[in-house]
Amino acid sequence: MNRFALVFRLPIIVWQGLFFLGPLFFMIVMSFFLVKNYRMEEAFELKNWARMLTRGYVWDSYWYTLGMAGSATLVATLVAFPAAYALAFRVSAEVRRWAIFLLIIPFFTSYLVRTFSWYVILAGSGVINAGLGTVGFGPYTMLNTPFGTVVGYLTLTLPLVVILQTVALANIDQNLVQAARNLGCSPPRTLISVVVPLAKTGLIIAALFCFILSFGDFVAPYYLGGSKPPTLPILIIDTTKSGQQWPRAAVVAVMMMLTLFAIAATAIWLAYRRRIAS
Amino acid sequence: MSGRIATGLLLGWLLLVFVFIFAPIVASVIFSFNSDRFPTIPLGSFTTHWYDTIFADAEIGEAARNSIIVSLSTSVIATTLGFATAYTDYRYRFRFKGPYLALILLPPTIPLIIMALAMLAWLSWIGASGQLWSIIIAHSVLTAPFAMAILRLRLHQIDPDLEAAAWNLGSSEWRALRSVILPFCRPAIISAACLTAAISFDEFAVAWFVSGLNKTVPVIILEIVQGNIDPQVNAIGSLVFLTSMTLVVLAQLFFIARVGRA
Repeated sequence: MNRFALVFRLPIIVWQGLFFLGPLFFMIVMSFFLVKNYRMEEAFELKNWARMLTRGYVWDSYWYTLGMAGSATLVATLVAFPAAYALAFRVSAEVRRWAIFLLIIPFFTSYLVRTFSWYVILAGSGVINAGLGTVGFGPYTMLNTPFGTVVGYLTLTLPLVVILQTVALANIDQNLVQAARNLGCSPPRTLISVVVPLAKTGLIIAALFCFILSFGDFVAPYYLGGSKPPTLPILIIDTTKSGQQWPRAAVVAVMMMLTLFAIAATAIWLAYRRRIAS
Repeated sequence: MSGRIATGLLLGWLLLVFVFIFAPIVASVIFSFNSDRFPTIPLGSFTTHWYDTIFADAEIGEAARNSIIVSLSTSVIATTLGFATAYTDYRYRFRFKGPYLALILLPPTIPLIIMALAMLAWLSWIGASGQLWSIIIAHSVLTAPFAMAILRLRLHQIDPDLEAAAWNLGSSEWRALRSVILPFCRPAIISAACLTAAISFDEFAVAWFVSGLNKTVPVIILEIVQGNIDPQVNAIGSLVFLTSMTLVVLAQLFFIARVGRA
């Protein structure tokens, strides 16, 4: 290989090796280190793992995080679908392009500021309750509830889910849909037996992204969900920042990675699995 | 007509989804001009007080300076790495190309909080944490895939014969790159630089972990939000939004419009 080729090929290998694979690998190794007198010492002990895996609060957090991220994924998928369907089939290509451009905008606004906005909107004396109060309802408690957490997760993920679903639906071969209708298939039946199966891969990938983002987010469960119990990302922050217990935080992080790998592998298998003709 | 009712319902739902997505953005801009410390209905009077206080705040000024340094440096490094990798992918076939591409494309699939902990631990272990360039290093890893994707799309549009023609006419590989490939990629390079700068400008989890005392704007926002209800957040957020949108619109003008046409 000549020098020219190397100049272009090597930089990313060195950079990502040092600053992407290096950190992740070190984090796994660090989960076996020990902390003595607030200092980390190289070691190979299973103490952190034994400690974290036998604590009830860790597993409470684990199942709670899994449940909340799973609920958010389900809600986002169901909420986004009719919107994506409308964008894919009921508006012109021009409107669709503009809608997708608008949906990209939220990625460039601070997610923190949007969450803070929801905090003010959802608060006991906030905009929604003040509005409902004038017509004699409420006040309702929306902050520090699972509802608040899901609102936050959707703020982060819904635009992406709508975009991915729209692309998946817009790529369906319209002749197949038309054929089903011509052969006497009712609209609901066409939706379930033709449209959804054809868009399956895109719909599952959208849900997977929603899950990954929700599972790893600490802002929504902390500010809008009240952190009771803390989710795994909050547990990582608390363990790292207050206790200097980096190895224990690394245990939680590795647990999260393994869980995500398992879920991503399952989702990708489902997304690309060929349907057996029945 | 049931078809028309169904269409109406779908479009109504679409509108609701957009309201949900844009409500917090619009609300934060409105609150940033509202005199009440805790905004509710009815709104207070119009004020630019929160903007005055953030411009007078030395710490926020320092953070803005840090953010600009970080996002500009990140965009240069990430775009360079992205270009080198995209060009390699475009021109060469080799063994282990799959893992090679995974190396640059995988970071966005790892939750930021995990990257934050891993970066903090690794950078402090090698004695490189708590500096402004610690954030730059981390952000380059996180944003390079986006630069790579944009540049690869652009290279996909070039006629491979152009570069080959330059070689046949006697130009070196470097000369052909400079006179054929780079000019062709220029809009995408500018676009990738804007996009990576915008992502870096907004990132708070990793920056919060590795920055030490060198806070960027999003880290300041995180700290203010942790303390109490402070409408300054809305003013800072609106300004950050304005900055990011300017970068995105520039990226759009330089790239997306041309790709659409080409």
